[in-house]
Amino acid sequence: MIQTLFGSLEEQPSFLERMKEAVTRTRENLAERIEDVVSIGKEIDRPTLNDLEATLISADLGTTTTHEVLEKLRDKADRKQIGNVDELKRLLKEELLAILTAANTQPVLKVEGTPEVILVVGVNGTGKTTTIGKLAQVFRSNGKTVLLCAADTFRAAAIDQLEIWGERTGTEVIKTKPGGDPSAVLYDALQSANSRHTDYVIVDTAGRLHTKTNLMAELEKMRRTAQRIIPGAPHETLLVMDATTGQNGLQQARLFTQSAGVTGIVLSKLDGTAKGGVVVAISRELGVPVRYVGVGEKPGDLLPFDPKEFVESLFA
Amino acid sequence: MFENLQEKLQRAFKTLRGQAVLNEENIQEAMREMRLALLEADVNFKVVKQLIDQVQAKALGQEVMTALSPGEQVIKIVHDELVQLLGKDTARMKFASQPPTVVLMAGLQGSGKTTTSGKLANWLKNGGHRPLLVSVDVYRPAAREQLKVVAQAIKANIYEGEVTESNTATVERLAKEARREAINTGSDVLIIDTAGRLHIDDQLMEEMQSLKRLMNPQEILFVADAMTGQDAVRSADEFHKKLSLTGVVLTKMDGDARGGAALSIRQVTGQPIKFIGIGEKYDALEPFHPDRIVSRILGMGDILSLIEKAEQHVDKKKAQEVATRALSGDGFSLEDFRDQLRQVKKMGSLQSLMGMLPSIGPFSGLQKAAGNVDEKQITRVESIINSMTQHERLHHEVINGSRRKRIARGSGTTVQEVNNLLRQYAQMRKMFKQMGKGSFARRMAGMKLPGM
Repeated sequence: MIQTLFGSLEEQPSFLERMKEAVTRTRENLAERIEDVVSIGKEIDRPTLNDLEATLISADLGTTTTHEVLEKLRDKADRKQIGNVDELKRLLKEELLAILTAANTQPVLKVEGTPEVILVVGVNGTGKTTTIGKLAQVFRSNGKTVLLCAADTFRAAAIDQLEIWGERTGTEVIKTKPGGDPSAVLYDALQSANSRHTDYVIVDTAGRLHTKTNLMAELEKMRRTAQRIIPGAPHETLLVMDATTGQNGLQQARLFTQSAGVTGIVLSKLDGTAKGGVVVAISRELGVPVRYVGVGEKPGDLLPFDPKEFVESLFA
Repeated sequence: MFENLQEKLQRAFKTLRGQAVLNEENIQEAMREMRLALLEADVNFKVVKQLIDQVQAKALGQEVMTALSPGEQVIKIVHDELVQLLGKDTARMKFASQPPTVVLMAGLQGSGKTTTSGKLANWLKNGGHRPLLVSVDVYRPAAREQLKVVAQAIKANIYEGEVTESNTATVERLAKEARREAINTGSDVLIIDTAGRLHIDDQLMEEMQSLKRLMNPQEILFVADAMTGQDAVRSADEFHKKLSLTGVVLTKMDGDARGGAALSIRQVTGQPIKFIGIGEKYDALEPFHPDRIVSRILGMGDILSLIEKAEQHVDKKKAQEVATRALSGDGFSLEDFRDQLRQVKKMGSLQSLMGMLPSIGPFSGLQKAAGNVDEKQITRVESIINSMTQHERLHHEVINGSRRKRIARGSGTTVQEVNNLLRQYAQMRKMFKQMGKGSFARRMAGMKLPGM
């Protein structure tokens, strides 16, 4: 029964086709549902709005954001300003795009001649290390010099994992022994980046649940350490969020922003079937924008976030 | 931000007082609140709809019990319904009649397969089994290295093997070699950690299917992140269709996610949730109790788990001894005090303990308070006591000014902190003494507690 809602699965050889496929699937389903809502020919009443609400919720937008968006549509519907399915769709898209584009936290501007420091944080298993590998690839292919800092000294083999990405992208990794102090290795990395005039330092941190206060305090300490060595650092703090994350994502974003001063989000694993709609709720509440999306495990599988495309991928 | 379901329902039912039956009209508002709460807990909306329909059908026409408020009564119906959906009893692991038992770990990237494999091996070891671990994740950088480090940490056997190429042939060869190794070393359970994969990645899903045919596992466990949203039904369903899962492990349950994905996954696969992961330490794996997670999804806390945890970690006999001595008058020494602190520490972080309490009623403030408790404080107090001589610990009255100075230096604290500790300790002693005499108990009995 759930299957019919999402459509059936076909063979998908390439990622691009997969994305297109996913987008089309959503569009057809939503169009069908909206058609259902409107074609009955009655006014948009409570049960039909509940249906529509469920559709948005299935993309993980959450009840609050969904209600806010629908409330506006309901107003217009009451005043008979919505004539047909297309118009309803267009208005929905507009609302969501407005929320996403209103989120515009910017990274701190770096002082000319000093490295730009990017701190990468998130809960366990979202893909921080992989994202860092891909980011390094992006900067390297733009001819920039990059230094990776292995400050995840906690998880088994995390340092080895980053080193393999370092080899793949031709980037040096500053590390310490497992169990070492993350702030100490950060200190070392920033010192050497300073003396070498590296363009970017990307800092890998251990995955941590946002509810563990002592681990969150460790992030605050790392920020203070960075600040002492390079003015304004970390200039960008990226929260890596798994696209399959549900409503807990909002709480993650809230607490990581509090402790680590998140300036942007990387939405990872968007090559699956999850839509990552929780970022709409995050943009709405915290004003933190999505910077990149992760769409695979290869070095090139990181794309800049395009709000319009993202909304289209939900509806268009 | 998250208003408790129980509070919401109580509000919804305010107008209902004095009515004798639950009818369609008066439960509608309650059903709406219920629906929102379940959605906010990431239960899939299709599953939510089914549940609401079932609950509504059950609730209609029921007489309002005198013992329960209408809100409580609806919650009870929902609670029972959810428990029924999840299966009443804790599921057991299946073992092969002819060892080794093969356990195949499957799941999306980053769900926690490797950590869970280690925890499972640890859990089996503690239960008297001889597990052997093998990682056939030849794709993710350092994945096999990670399992090796985990195996070392828990002192479990691991089959490493050689990897020259990252392909399905290597995966199958490693698995076969590991089974031979298990037989040769007399290991009775073989745990196969696999690469994370998307349910729509046909090539890797085929690899999983051929691994299943080859190894004929007794258990195929789907490892899923408790924070997963609406998509959980989709991935679980695909994995189940292709592999016929035998159970689910829900990881990262030590966070504040409600874990509604548990309901969704159970609903689409029909397979029991066998374990939950509740921390980064290797003993942080527990058998799953359906009734407890239902309480959590509904925001009603998990008191049973808390009690069990306390039982597991507190040495009852020792506690009894200390209590008897303390109550008899003068027996509670600083050494006993330190033991108590250590037992508290063993039970895990205060925060995770508080998370098990319901977020309502008398406990509502506690969870927030626990967030403010500096856990390092316990360690500091412990090191102060550690810096005392045994004589000082047993006879606190000898600790004079110069001893205090030495203790502060030894423990890296200040004399003020040492003073504080001694003052607290003296108060505790006094309290125990009074309790022993019975005056404390008498006073407690005479007191009227608010709200009771």
